[in-house]
Amino acid sequence: MHEALGARFTEFAGWLMPVQYTGAIEEHLAVRTAAGLFDVSHMGRLEVRGRDALTLIQKVTCNDAARLRDHQVQYSALTTERGTFVDDLTVYRFREDHFLLCVNAANREKDLRWIRQHREDEEAEVYDVSDQMAQLALQGPAATEILQPLTDVQLDHIRFYWFEQGEVAGVSALISRTGYTGEDGFELYIPAASAEWVWNRLLDAGQSAGMKPCGLAARNTLRLEARLLLYGHDMDETTTVWEADLGWIVKLEKGDFIGREALRRQKAEGLRRKLVGFEVLDRAPAREGYPVLIHGRVVGQVTSGSYAPFLRKNIGLTYLPIEHTAIGTRFHIRVRGREVEAEVVPTPFYKRPR
Amino acid sequence: MRMATYPEDCLYTREHEWIRVEDDVGVIGITDYAQEALGDIVYVELPSVGDHFSQGEPFGNVESVKAVSELYMPVSGEVVEINEDLAESPQLVNEDPYGDGWMVKITLSDPTELETLMSASEYEEYVKEERQKEK
Repeated sequence: MHEALGARFTEFAGWLMPVQYTGAIEEHLAVRTAAGLFDVSHMGRLEVRGRDALTLIQKVTCNDAARLRDHQVQYSALTTERGTFVDDLTVYRFREDHFLLCVNAANREKDLRWIRQHREDEEAEVYDVSDQMAQLALQGPAATEILQPLTDVQLDHIRFYWFEQGEVAGVSALISRTGYTGEDGFELYIPAASAEWVWNRLLDAGQSAGMKPCGLAARNTLRLEARLLLYGHDMDETTTVWEADLGWIVKLEKGDFIGREALRRQKAEGLRRKLVGFEVLDRAPAREGYPVLIHGRVVGQVTSGSYAPFLRKNIGLTYLPIEHTAIGTRFHIRVRGREVEAEVVPTPFYKRPR
Repeated sequence: MRMATYPEDCLYTREHEWIRVEDDVGVIGITDYAQEALGDIVYVELPSVGDHFSQGEPFGNVESVKAVSELYMPVSGEVVEINEDLAESPQLVNEDPYGDGWMVKITLSDPTELETLMSASEYEEYVKEERQKEK
């Protein structure tokens, strides 16, 4: 279906993914000003069911899942004993004995293994339900007006990071007010067999509002402007949750969980490095992997970096020694042999108007 | 998908640069096919006036939202002018690859090298083969 729209493809975690349809910048701007439609079916979806589902989730994640009410969503992380990332994920609570975890495509098998491995006497089962479901993301300020005519669910009643179950274009769907773009919008979890049908109904419904189908390139620049991290790039099993500056998802007081001791210790001892957002003070974009220098010495590399189509700046993320992480700190990035100046700036780079 | 264009007055490389020789000066840019494949161009890194390059040598970079690609000299020569407008408006390469999106002008040190390049029709054939490989 995507090929019919002129999409260009790439291989990603075993999936053939559309990189772009009409153009990465056009798609990016459509999401900021109207709406964009993404096929994110490549994401991993794990179900946790059983009497002790909550207990098991509390044990393997660092955020406090006990705070979730039914139909609420939470951003969290699966953490190692060292307080580093096995993965980052969103936790959906249906009921105390039934959760859905949305995880990174490349980590789905690892996560499944990890959670099963750490299950002891909890009465809970974990299943990979990724292949049964498709996942579409409708993002942008016009998302509600586009989706509402297609569903019986009162979208105004779904708050940010909550979800409802209902029908979209006659197909049963989980509708969550979440996303990875920094905009208002929805993610739809639907039966895989209905994906093309729902995709096409949404495309029709969004046309007059200026909605565009969007590919991976726009997804990446949108999430970067909003400083949403990408696993395997901005954080992984070598970086702790504190270092990734995601301390707000660490709830040490919630009770024991894997990685709690290490995170507690690191908090007490203080960080040696931290992920920061930067702006390049040059026309050359700084890309992932480019060396980062302080006083002529390489101290790391860019973890994500791109031209930011809405902000019209070159932005990125990198880990810096803690003493160099203050807003306004200048440092250098080596761009093909040339050292360009960059500055630590406040993040998110982009925050949507409310 | 719209058809790419191949002006008859240009010669082409396998790396998708074009050169148009007017008197002793060669104007160089990337082809319509190349700009389309790269997508939205956000930065063009060009050499300085006076720099000398051999045929096939990298002389700069063109960068889209998605990727960085090197630019290769179609023939040997010395840079006599660069397109200053691309610093402010790199999207000119997408909008007008054979016109306002030109990159550098050079004086040719060995005009016989032009014989190694492809004509418009040869390049069009070459692009067809490249597209086949994509599939």
